[in-house]
Amino acid sequence: MRPTATRFLHILVPVKRCVDFAVKIRVNPQQTGIDTNVKHSMNPFDEIAVEEAVRLRERLKDKVESITVVTLGPAKASETLRTALAMGADSGVHIELPEGAPPPEPLGVARALRAVIERRGKGKTDLVILGKQAIDDDLGQTGQMLAALLGAAQATCASKVEVDVERRVVRVRTEVDGGSEELLCELPAVVTTDLRLNEPRYASLPNIMKAKKKPIEKVTPADLGVDLAPLLETIAVREPLKRVGGGKVGSVDELVGKLREAGFAG
Amino acid sequence: PHALVLLEHKDGAIEPASLSALTAAQQLGGAVTGLVVGSPDQVPTVLERAKKLKGLSSVLHSAAPQYAAKVPEIVSPLLEKLLAGNSLYTHVVSAHSSSAKALLPRIAAKLDVPAVSDIISVSHDSASDSTTFSRPIYAGNAIATIRAPSSIPLKFFTVRSTAFSAAPEDDGASVPLEELAPVEVTDAPTQHIKTDLTQSDRPELGVATRVVSGGRALKNAETFKATLDPLADALGAAVGASRAAVDAGYADNSLQVGQTGKVVAPELYIAVGISGAIQHLAGMKDSKLIVAINKDPDAPIFQVADIGLVADLFEAVPQIVEKLKQ
Repeated sequence: MRPTATRFLHILVPVKRCVDFAVKIRVNPQQTGIDTNVKHSMNPFDEIAVEEAVRLRERLKDKVESITVVTLGPAKASETLRTALAMGADSGVHIELPEGAPPPEPLGVARALRAVIERRGKGKTDLVILGKQAIDDDLGQTGQMLAALLGAAQATCASKVEVDVERRVVRVRTEVDGGSEELLCELPAVVTTDLRLNEPRYASLPNIMKAKKKPIEKVTPADLGVDLAPLLETIAVREPLKRVGGGKVGSVDELVGKLREAGFAG
Repeated sequence: PHALVLLEHKDGAIEPASLSALTAAQQLGGAVTGLVVGSPDQVPTVLERAKKLKGLSSVLHSAAPQYAAKVPEIVSPLLEKLLAGNSLYTHVVSAHSSSAKALLPRIAAKLDVPAVSDIISVSHDSASDSTTFSRPIYAGNAIATIRAPSSIPLKFFTVRSTAFSAAPEDDGASVPLEELAPVEVTDAPTQHIKTDLTQSDRPELGVATRVVSGGRALKNAETFKATLDPLADALGAAVGASRAAVDAGYADNSLQVGQTGKVVAPELYIAVGISGAIQHLAGMKDSKLIVAINKDPDAPIFQVADIGLVADLFEAVPQIVEKLKQ
C-alpha cells in the first residue's frame, strides 16, 4: 500500500515593528505625528501570533514544515524579524521601505502580503497568523483584507487555534461582543490573534545567537509590484483633551454624599 | 452623499451601537439607507423597529437561513454585489462591533478601497467630495484627523458608539422598505459551529449608564464577585474589569474595559482596586463621572478620577453599599 500523500503545513506570520507598548507617546510639535525617537518592539498581538505558530510546531511536530515571518518597514524593522526568528520561526522576509516613508495602510500591507504569498508559490502558504490590530494605528483591518484578497477563510480575534493537517481545516474559537464563537475554516486561512490566545515566550540567549544565522530575504515594494502610497490623508495628530481629575474625598460618607449630589442614589 | 448603514440586531432589537452609527451617518448631511441582514425568522421583527427610525430614508433588507450567523465569507458577497460599480452610495457605515470589524474590511478590500476604523467625529464636504474623520490612535493617547479624498469613491468607516448618541425612533414614521435578493454562497470556506454568549441579568457593559469595574486588587474570582456584585446591584450598574483582573481569571473576557476590550463612556464609572494603566484609561476616560477607590494614593487612576478615595476597598465598598441602601 502506498502511503497517503500528506501535505505539510506552511505558516506565514506577518509582524509589525511598533512603538513599545510601555512608552508614553508624545505628539510632535508640528502636530503631524508622534515622536518616534523612542523604544520600539514587536506589536504585542503579532508576538502572540509568532508564539502560536511555534506552539503549533511543538504540538504537530514535523507536520509543520515551515514558519516564515514577514515585515514591512524601514531597515530597523529587520530587528523585529530577528526577534521572531529567535522565538522559533525559520526564516524571514523583509519588505524594505525607505527611511521616512509614510506608514502603509492595511490595504497596501494586505496587497504586499498577497504578493509575497504568490511568490512563494501555490500550496506554500496554508495558514497566516497575525495580530488582530497593531497598537500604533489601532485599525484592525489587515487580516480581514488579506483574507479578502486571497479569497481565503478568516477568523478574527482568536483565543484558541487547533489545526487538523490531514483534514486541512483549522478550528478557531474567536472572541466576540458578549462571548465567543467557534468557527471551522478550510485551509488556506487567515487567523488574527487576541490577547488571551497564549503568553509569548522570551527568546533564550542560545536561540538569539542561532537566529542571527537564519536567512532573511530582502525585497522592495517594486519587486513585489505593489504601490504602498497611502490613499487616506493624515491632516493632523493632536493630544487628546486632558481630563481634569485629581478630586479626592476623605471618607466613605463624603463619597456617598457626592454620589447622591450627582443624582446617583441607590 | 448617500450612506448605507449596517443595522445589526440581536433578539429582534436593533443594536444600540448601530443606532449611534446611524447618527454618525446622518452627520454626512445626505440620504441614509439602512441595511438589515439576517435569517428569515430574524428580519421581519427587526424591520418593525427599523422602519420607525427617524434618520432613515429607506431600509434594504435581505433574509436567508445562511445569514443567521453573520459569517463574513457568506455576508460579504451580498454587499459586494450591491456596491460594486454602484453610483448610488458614497459611504458604508457600521458600528465598531466585533461582527462589523470582521466584515467591513473584507468588503472594502474586495472593492479595492481603504476603510477607517473607530471614528469619533465625521464631517463631509460635498464641494470637494471629501470626508474628514477624527479617530483615536495609540490607545487614545493621540487623536488623528484623517481625510478620505474624492479619489476614494466609496468611503467605509466604523463608528465608536460612545461618541455619538443613539438615533431616536419616531412612532409616526414609516420608512419605505425594499427587499434585496440574497446572494447564495455554496462554497463558503468557513462554517459557523456555535456562539456562546455570557448570560447576565445586569445591563450590558457596552451600553450601561453605570459601570462598576474591578482590578487585580480584588484578589480572586470569589472576592471579585462578592465585593462588586452588591455595589453593582445597589446602583443598577454593569460590571467591568481591568485586563489584569481578566488575565488573572477573576472575571470573564467579555467584561474587559480598555484598549483591547470594551470602550465605555457611562454616566458613572466606579473603578475599584484598579491602578489605571494607559490601556485601561483608554477604555473609560470619557465617562461623565469617574470614582476611584484604591489603597495606593499614587495610583494613576486618581489623575482622571473626579472623586477619589484612598482606602482599603474591602472595607470601603461594603460601607458604600450599606450607605447607598439607606
